[in-house]
Amino acid sequence: MSDAPIYLDNNATTACDPAVVEAMLPFFTEQFGNPSSMHSFGDRVGHAIKTARAQVQALIGAEFDSEIIFNSCGTESDTTAILSALKAQPERNQIITTAVEHPAILSLCDYLEKEGYIIRRLGVDKRGRIDIDEYRSLLNDRVAIVSVMWANNESGTIFPVEAMAELARARGIMFHTDAVQAVGKVPIDLKNSCIDLLSLSGHKLHAPKGIGVLYLRRNTRFRPLLRGGHQERGRRAGTENSASIVGLGKAAELALAHLPVENGEVKRLRDKLEKSILAAVPHCFATGDVKNRLPNTSSIAFEYVEGESILLLLNKLGIAASSGSACTSGSLEPSHVMRAMGIPYTAAHGAIRFSLSRYNTEEEIDRVIAAVPPIIERLRKMSPYWGENGPLDKAFAPKYA
Amino acid sequence: MWDYTDKVRDHFFNPRNAGPLADANAVGEVGSIQCGDALRLSLKVDPESERILDASFQTFGCGSAIASSSALTEIIKGKTLDEALQISNQNIADFLDGLPPEKMHCSVMGREALQAAIANYRGEVWTDDHEEGAMVCKCFAVDSVLIENVVRANGLTTVEQVTQYTKAGGGCSSCHEGIEEILAKVCAQGGTEKIAAPDCAAPAVTVKPVTFGIPAPAAPPAHPAPVAAAEPPKLTNFQRMRRIEMVIESIRPTLKRDHGDVEIVEVDGSNVFVRLQGACVGCMMEHATLGGIEQKLSEELGERVRVLPVSMMAAARASV
Ligand SMILES: Cc1ncc(COP(=O)(O)O)c(C=O)c1O
Ligand code: FES
Repeated sequence: MSDAPIYLDNNATTACDPAVVEAMLPFFTEQFGNPSSMHSFGDRVGHAIKTARAQVQALIGAEFDSEIIFNSCGTESDTTAILSALKAQPERNQIITTAVEHPAILSLCDYLEKEGYIIRRLGVDKRGRIDIDEYRSLLNDRVAIVSVMWANNESGTIFPVEAMAELARARGIMFHTDAVQAVGKVPIDLKNSCIDLLSLSGHKLHAPKGIGVLYLRRNTRFRPLLRGGHQERGRRAGTENSASIVGLGKAAELALAHLPVENGEVKRLRDKLEKSILAAVPHCFATGDVKNRLPNTSSIAFEYVEGESILLLLNKLGIAASSGSACTSGSLEPSHVMRAMGIPYTAAHGAIRFSLSRYNTEEEIDRVIAAVPPIIERLRKMSPYWGENGPLDKAFAPKYA
Repeated sequence: MWDYTDKVRDHFFNPRNAGPLADANAVGEVGSIQCGDALRLSLKVDPESERILDASFQTFGCGSAIASSSALTEIIKGKTLDEALQISNQNIADFLDGLPPEKMHCSVMGREALQAAIANYRGEVWTDDHEEGAMVCKCFAVDSVLIENVVRANGLTTVEQVTQYTKAGGGCSSCHEGIEEILAKVCAQGGTEKIAAPDCAAPAVTVKPVTFGIPAPAAPPAHPAPVAAAEPPKLTNFQRMRRIEMVIESIRPTLKRDHGDVEIVEVDGSNVFVRLQGACVGCMMEHATLGGIEQKLSEELGERVRVLPVSMMAAARASV
């Protein structure tokens, strides 16, 4: 078996597709013009951006290409959406979101809460699902915006954002979705939805890092985050990152073409990986809504072992995955997503996310399937919570926490 | 990826003395699965010389927790108990050519397990004198407990002062918000030892939070009081008590799931004193939990209330 590196961390970021790189290269050299300029140097770049806008429009099924606003990343899109809704509707001071959003939304909401806004965070059940009735009960005239992610970055769980957007629309409330993990993995058709704003990020779909899009439905109240020049129709000032925009356009075209692959071959490999690991390793389980999740994501919680040590041992074998738990401080909180689902501490610290892409091969998956069980066994042998053949009956409960 | 030294990697990938020790006569156990690391240290001590003949560890935790445990067993083998007691967590970190600041607690856990094991051997009761907070300033490795203590003891009210006393905040500036939060919290809990609450209550934080063009709410409430903008109907005392009880009851199931609990001890004006129980009392989760209850109560009552641990009851009253 080869020991070439295996990348199963595509929810963190993806490799640029070679075709994307190729499409971008001229924009670092001869196509350096500023698209705003009144000469041919700028003109050609302007045309390339127009093409890219149409490519992104097609991927997310937007009705008009002017609904696509290029910016710098998913975080910027999320921030712009929320702050715009608050600024444009000063009479509204509530935000509805979920407890499992990406920090791009969560930290911003925490901050806004300190500023005096009221934040309602929908909880999730143990499979990571939202209670629609609870959501419905929170909708009221003081809500400025609902922001609910399309798919969760850790568990891959998909939220019913289209239905939720419809409910918000019926109450006259703006709806935003952080679709950074969903775009390119699930079909999206915005023109036939009630979604008003949507965030996407290039580096999750084989475009470069540092390029994002905010979709803004026509005729939605809006205030820009960055003011200045008239780029992006004044909705996002700052000279365009033309090379990355062209790259994102190309990546969007490729993503649309590969949607069947994501939901076919990629999903098959993911399922094989998950099934095989669950069968080979005792005391572990898949987290999230396994019947309704991204086709590329598997999050497995291994009980009685800690995530970082699993990752270090995987990394030694050239396998890249990620863990939810951030072991950084005196007392260590496992990921907010695992905690929101009520995953017990015995398992939450050992949650590992494998996220595939269309570049992964069967051979790679077979290598990972072979590598994982001995790693877990080895760490459990060292764990004070594990006996000869399984978890200790009498829980290990030190007197000194 | 953490910036681990080769020594840390070596002790993680090839741990020395991992596993149970059959004929151990001293065992120290520290940590908890909630907090993400736990360690059982087993020693075989020669009763004649009190020398540590053998040592082994079982650890649940991250890479540096396992490496620190492994290092500890190597350091103490052959030492007498009195010699072993001289070992500090810094010795463990040095043995590994250093640990990232966020991971120093792993070495602290090692030292504590050692003290607990020796106490166990001697039939003594070991008390955990050490309280560790969340890392606030990474540039200078300063945690929240240290900052809080220094703020309290010296009556500090600004980030600049905290930097002068602890260095925290003097580097990349990313921790200034965190320091401001601690200043606000100390102030809210009845002020520092030098400055009573009323004096520091106003601008404890002289460095204004930067608002990146963020719109102010319709009626901006004084920072940091998140209060519903809509004027709530006035509650009678009785209704208010009932409402407080209801909120606390609604929170208990969540806490119980993590083997914790909360109980109202006293309601004194806008101060609600509670007793937290169970898992992770005293660690940073406690602040988060109190903050969460405070938020919920303030929202439900439509007024700003402070939720304080019962240990603050005397202090808060004295400062009024
Ligand atoms: C769900 C979600 N939202 C937002 C982001 C942030 O995107 P970006 O890194 O482009 O700012 C991420 C990326 O990790 C994400 O997974
Ligand atoms: S983290 Fe405190 S100054 Fe850098």
